[in-house]
Amino acid sequence: MSEQGTAGGERVTGAQSLIKSLESAGAENIFGIPGGAILPAYDPLYDSRVRHILVRHEQGAGHAAQGYAVATGKVGVCMATSGPGATNLVTPIADAYMDSVPMVAVTGQVSASMIGTDAFQEADIRGITMPITKHNFLVTDPDDIPRVVAEAFYIASTGRPGPVLVDVAKSALQAQTSYAWPTELNLPGYRPVTRPHSKQIREATRLILEARRPVLYVGGGVIRARANKELRTLAELTGIPVVTTLMARGAFPDSHPQHLGMPGMHGTVAAVAGLQKSDLIISLGARFDDRVTGNLDSFAPGAKVIHADIDPAEIGKNRIADVPIVGDAREVIADLVVALQAEQDKGTTGDYEGWVKFLAGVKMQYPLGYDAPAEGLAPQYVIERLGAIAGPEAIYVSGVGQHQMWATHFVQYENPNTWINSGGLGTMGFAVPAAMGAKVGMPDTTVWAIDGDGCFQMTNQELATCTIEGIPIKVAIINNESLGMVRQWQTLFYEGRYSNTDLQSKRVPDFVKLAEAYGAVGLSCDHPSDVDATINKAMEINDVPVVVDFRVERDAMVWPMVAAGTSNDEIKYARDLAPEFEEDDL
Amino acid sequence: MSTHTLSVLVENKPGVLARIAGLFSRRGFNIDSLAVGPTEHPEVSRMTIVVSVESSPLEQVTKQLNKLVEVIKIVELEDRESIERELLLIKVRADAETRGQVLDAVQLFRAKVVDVAPDAVTIEVTGNAGKLKDFLAVLEPFGVRELVQSGMVAIGRGSRSITERTLRPVPVPVPAAHAIPG
Repeated sequence: MSEQGTAGGERVTGAQSLIKSLESAGAENIFGIPGGAILPAYDPLYDSRVRHILVRHEQGAGHAAQGYAVATGKVGVCMATSGPGATNLVTPIADAYMDSVPMVAVTGQVSASMIGTDAFQEADIRGITMPITKHNFLVTDPDDIPRVVAEAFYIASTGRPGPVLVDVAKSALQAQTSYAWPTELNLPGYRPVTRPHSKQIREATRLILEARRPVLYVGGGVIRARANKELRTLAELTGIPVVTTLMARGAFPDSHPQHLGMPGMHGTVAAVAGLQKSDLIISLGARFDDRVTGNLDSFAPGAKVIHADIDPAEIGKNRIADVPIVGDAREVIADLVVALQAEQDKGTTGDYEGWVKFLAGVKMQYPLGYDAPAEGLAPQYVIERLGAIAGPEAIYVSGVGQHQMWATHFVQYENPNTWINSGGLGTMGFAVPAAMGAKVGMPDTTVWAIDGDGCFQMTNQELATCTIEGIPIKVAIINNESLGMVRQWQTLFYEGRYSNTDLQSKRVPDFVKLAEAYGAVGLSCDHPSDVDATINKAMEINDVPVVVDFRVERDAMVWPMVAAGTSNDEIKYARDLAPEFEEDDL
Repeated sequence: MSTHTLSVLVENKPGVLARIAGLFSRRGFNIDSLAVGPTEHPEVSRMTIVVSVESSPLEQVTKQLNKLVEVIKIVELEDRESIERELLLIKVRADAETRGQVLDAVQLFRAKVVDVAPDAVTIEVTGNAGKLKDFLAVLEPFGVRELVQSGMVAIGRGSRSITERTLRPVPVPVPAAHAIPG
């Protein structure tokens, strides 16, 4: 029992201090499951104004916190007990780390005197999560609880956002302490730089005006920084074409004529060409991920690089930057707008006419598309119609695989934070729990999970949570009865030897019955002519979750595609079809 | 590959060594030597880390280290601008016949005998890596029974201190709500 505590603080238990701290930090919702070590915290939580949503698996709690965080911009909170509860959070924590999602995970730990003894349900979750958290804490002194919670929320939400884990020993939860919310934090090693350096902005401005083939390479940082308006101003001021990465879909309207789409392994031909043939890449909150660059040595060989990122370690990590800019994307873009506007007022503008015309030609010649099968239902058609009917105000959450790529291409995104997916880690099973979290954060918005039949079977237990807690998400299962993306690679690179990718999910389980078992409405659709009516029916149900089993043809593939490890120059528009560029204009 | 000496000021908190060691291993950087100890500020520890990397990976090393919340400051110490020391304890075979020669070597290298047994002496010596290597070469013919060596510690020459200005606390106000600022 600790007798120190902040002078004048209120006498409480460590558990009460934890819940009061979470309230003070602004937590509105916590996704979690109780267990032995965290149990003391659940008692004051019972009376708290914080809503606790009892999930069915801790992985669901973590992804729900992510979905909540991405949809709202607030810190998502999840809670679990020690040992297996905590290890079940590892995947969502790693996912949040890769995709820079602000999240605080609170875990119970065995009592301080038991730590290190291989006690029941003991796991060194702080040690386990060191490489996958922005920071983490082990609290054994109850007096530390308010400060640690305040620091956790501050670190999670500032700079480059990320997950922070707070592991609290049961003995600290049970001990008496005093509670006082800190008024200031002292983190001598944590000072994120948000203001860009004016010299770097001047240098970037010069390169932008000198360039003839510039491109705005927009990453998830623009979404996290809420810089979409500034981005649009910059794009329209300069006329520079825009590509948005998987993490940045919605940062720039898909309907905008300057938008070339998503770059990368499954990017549009125009977006891939826009980067590959550019002479200046203006990277805003993006990180030159291997799924974007393809073979790094042959990526955009003629391009200089302006690399703006809030994380200095991203700059120069994969691609050398000619002009590094450390700063928050919104401030960087706003400063660039001011500098370029001043140049324009003096009559200095960039000359990108030939480039813009060239890319417009590529975009027109190689639009996104697909061949409808002679028989059966095209998955792309289902997603295209879903996007058209639910519209650009809805939130779309996907799992990982073919359906994710189709969902990023065939839904038209106009607004930030309407596209939620697992980009960096590529976590199958992300969609259902993340959609649940998004719906909790945005209860008046339609939330569609676009999921694969493989992904859905990893986390669908959270439908029980959705039904019981009144979280009416909608799930479109793109059921091709396979691990589709793996199957596609087997088709292309393993002579069609379909080793262990056949899930037979049109036979087992019966997704309609499964949905009904969970108290959700189950629908199914296997013909193009029924697609609209089915989606409309699902759109009308707003009191319980809806699951639609779209039984699609299994041989559809994701195009365009750059095979893993090859150059972006090797992009295929469709199988065995390489685009031809008319480069006379350049 | 070239060798670089990094002085890393860290908060004196449990687990910080594990964070740093883990970061080196998962990013694929090799540590040649590492020494940790207290500083003139009780809340701050100082690590001296010697790494062999090219200059661009070194930049990644320091940037990644800087991302650790408990890392306060990183300074690369240049050979010529700093004093570098390692400590070596060595147990050498030395009987009545050879002891005199061993003691000569001890004197030449300004080392110190810290323990004597009938057939061995234990010697303490400090210096930079080159001196210790030379000393070892001289002792080896007598028969080295056991040796233990510390990591390198290093400090910059001149009157400047890398600790004084960095450690002034800069408190940040606790944000009212938990929304991302902006």
